[in-house]
Amino acid sequence: MKHITEYRDSTLVKSLVRKIDALNPPACNLMEVCGTHTMAIARAGLRDALPPQIKLISGPGCPVCVTAQRDIDYIVELARQPGVIIATFGDMVRVPGTLSSLERQRGDGARVAVVYSSDDVLSLAEDNPDDEVIFIAVGFETTAPGIAATILEARKRKLKNLSFFVTHKLVPPALAALGGMKDLKIDGLICPGHASIIIGVKVYRSLSAEKKLPCVVTGFEPLDMVEGIYLLVKQIVEGRGEVENQYSRLVREEGNPLAIKTMYKAFEVCDVEWRGLGIIPASGLRLKQSLSELDASRRFKVKPVKSKEPKGCRCGDVLCGKIPPSACKLFGKVCKPESPVGPCMVSSEGSCAAHYRYLVVSI
Amino acid sequence: MRDRKITLGHGSGGRLSHEIYNKLVLKYFGNPALDELDDSAIVKGGKDIAFSTDGYVVKPIFFPGGNIGKLCVCGTVNDLSVCGARPLYLSCGMVVEEGFAFSDLEKIIAAMSVECKKAGVNVVAGDFKVVEKGAADGIFINTAGIGRLERRLKVKDIKAGDRVLYLGEVGAHGTAIIIARGNLKIKGAVKSDCRVLSPYLLPLLSVPGLRFMRDPTRGGLSGVLCELAGGSGNSITIKEDALPISKQVNAVCELTGLDPLYLANEGAAVIVVAEKDAAKVIRIVGAQHAAPKIREIGCVEPEKQGRVYMQTASGGRRILEMLSGEQLPRIC
Repeated sequence: MKHITEYRDSTLVKSLVRKIDALNPPACNLMEVCGTHTMAIARAGLRDALPPQIKLISGPGCPVCVTAQRDIDYIVELARQPGVIIATFGDMVRVPGTLSSLERQRGDGARVAVVYSSDDVLSLAEDNPDDEVIFIAVGFETTAPGIAATILEARKRKLKNLSFFVTHKLVPPALAALGGMKDLKIDGLICPGHASIIIGVKVYRSLSAEKKLPCVVTGFEPLDMVEGIYLLVKQIVEGRGEVENQYSRLVREEGNPLAIKTMYKAFEVCDVEWRGLGIIPASGLRLKQSLSELDASRRFKVKPVKSKEPKGCRCGDVLCGKIPPSACKLFGKVCKPESPVGPCMVSSEGSCAAHYRYLVVSI
Repeated sequence: MRDRKITLGHGSGGRLSHEIYNKLVLKYFGNPALDELDDSAIVKGGKDIAFSTDGYVVKPIFFPGGNIGKLCVCGTVNDLSVCGARPLYLSCGMVVEEGFAFSDLEKIIAAMSVECKKAGVNVVAGDFKVVEKGAADGIFINTAGIGRLERRLKVKDIKAGDRVLYLGEVGAHGTAIIIARGNLKIKGAVKSDCRVLSPYLLPLLSVPGLRFMRDPTRGGLSGVLCELAGGSGNSITIKEDALPISKQVNAVCELTGLDPLYLANEGAAVIVVAEKDAAKVIRIVGAQHAAPKIREIGCVEPEKQGRVYMQTASGGRRILEMLSGEQLPRIC
């Protein structure tokens, strides 16, 4: 774990916090777009360390949370098909659909395998030749290239019993959609570190220039995050609105061209529905036409459930940063991590779960 | 209404497990000895005795640092020891799946005997059942243990100003099991911390300021701290940079997004002691042969909220909660 402790050094964090204080910042709303930031901020207890006028609000960056209810319902229906093994990343297991969740289906006998890497589904399919393995491909640009590589490998190996349910999403179109929301006041964006490793810094430039919005691509260690916040606050105080890269040890201007190339070998851009944001044009990925035989939604005809978002659940508003989790009437009362009503309480990156689990207190 | 199903989360040692204890176990079995929900029950019968039972269903059955046999003896011996009882007798019930290798069964029983010797206990009752292939996952073991109560420790005796000590390291067993399951395709030299704790804990029973002890198995360190804070009514603050988390455990947790504070330990104990006797406890444990490291990780606050706070290494502060459901690895 070389170099990790340095990025968590409380002396360095405190000295940066003092520098933020010295800027004498006005009240400002900074949105952390990425779910990993939400969790990392909560885990390090950073809200507590920052000057009180700096408000951190969580954005639509948790892949599980932004998955539309309709997609969750579809996935649950797929799990109910005979002879099917659903392979998924862990977070997805407990997300409640309209009637059920993968976890509940597993209790009813459905086969749900939690995988750590998309590559694991290749051996899962090879080891279970008599079953149909369906991989649930969710996530942003961070996971899309890896999953694309798995899809291409599946075709190369001519795996007949493996298919993919793809509901990938893209970060920049969602940010543009947020930027267009009138009832949302964002003074600066903490741009995602992981996704930016793939897509680079340049993708934020037009949005930033158009709205004169300070954007800083930021890493995930406490020191990274405080430095990112410092750079944003400095821009705000100095009246600038540009894109800066705090995470320069991993993120390059053009991103990772090889990963992007791989991603578009398997996927093409499409309109997609986001929870809370509705359908955003050109904001998702689907399998390319030439790979349609690997598309689970074509291979399995399941009867769609009438999708309904849970009554009273305000995950949609939480995801856009319109309200903090505590403003939802269900938060902490009916909706808790052990009995989640909405997806933001399920995922470890969900803002409701982060707020609940790592509740911030004043010293 | 839909009939609820048991989920893996109900076995995690967190909130859902507590729901089972409170809504089913105490509802039907409630009695003064059980209601304490301690690691062992203290029952009347001439001299007071401690009585504890646990079921072991670990997968894989053999893992770095131990196997299900070593685990089942250590687990029950430790549950008795943390309650201030000297472990004396164990019972052992085994449910074995048809087709299980005889040599593996012998390895398991041999490992049990080694740990029994270390703890000075005897297996005096047992049962052996075989079920048909597919009806069990290799082998399940239940052990029950009886110990002579030497000192009654009560969670209510925890007071403001007391020190919280930690014996052992955080998250080693949970991490060793995760690696041994092989899903992660990572290799690591992490061994389970599975060990009997009675040689280190029993000498502490003569320390007047000793308040309470508990071993952080399922539900991890966070789970135990929440139980102690909730049970005593006092809040507890721990320091992140004082926690003994090895580089390897930390690395696995950084990779997977799992929180080491919720990972299981099988050879660790949280010890609450009056401030004046904290150094004495550390000295007594340190004097035992091959003792695991012991250190102070936090203290009991005067605040009566019954919460657990953590001073983070980066200078922030947050609340620690009991685990809800099973820990799931994250997407990215």
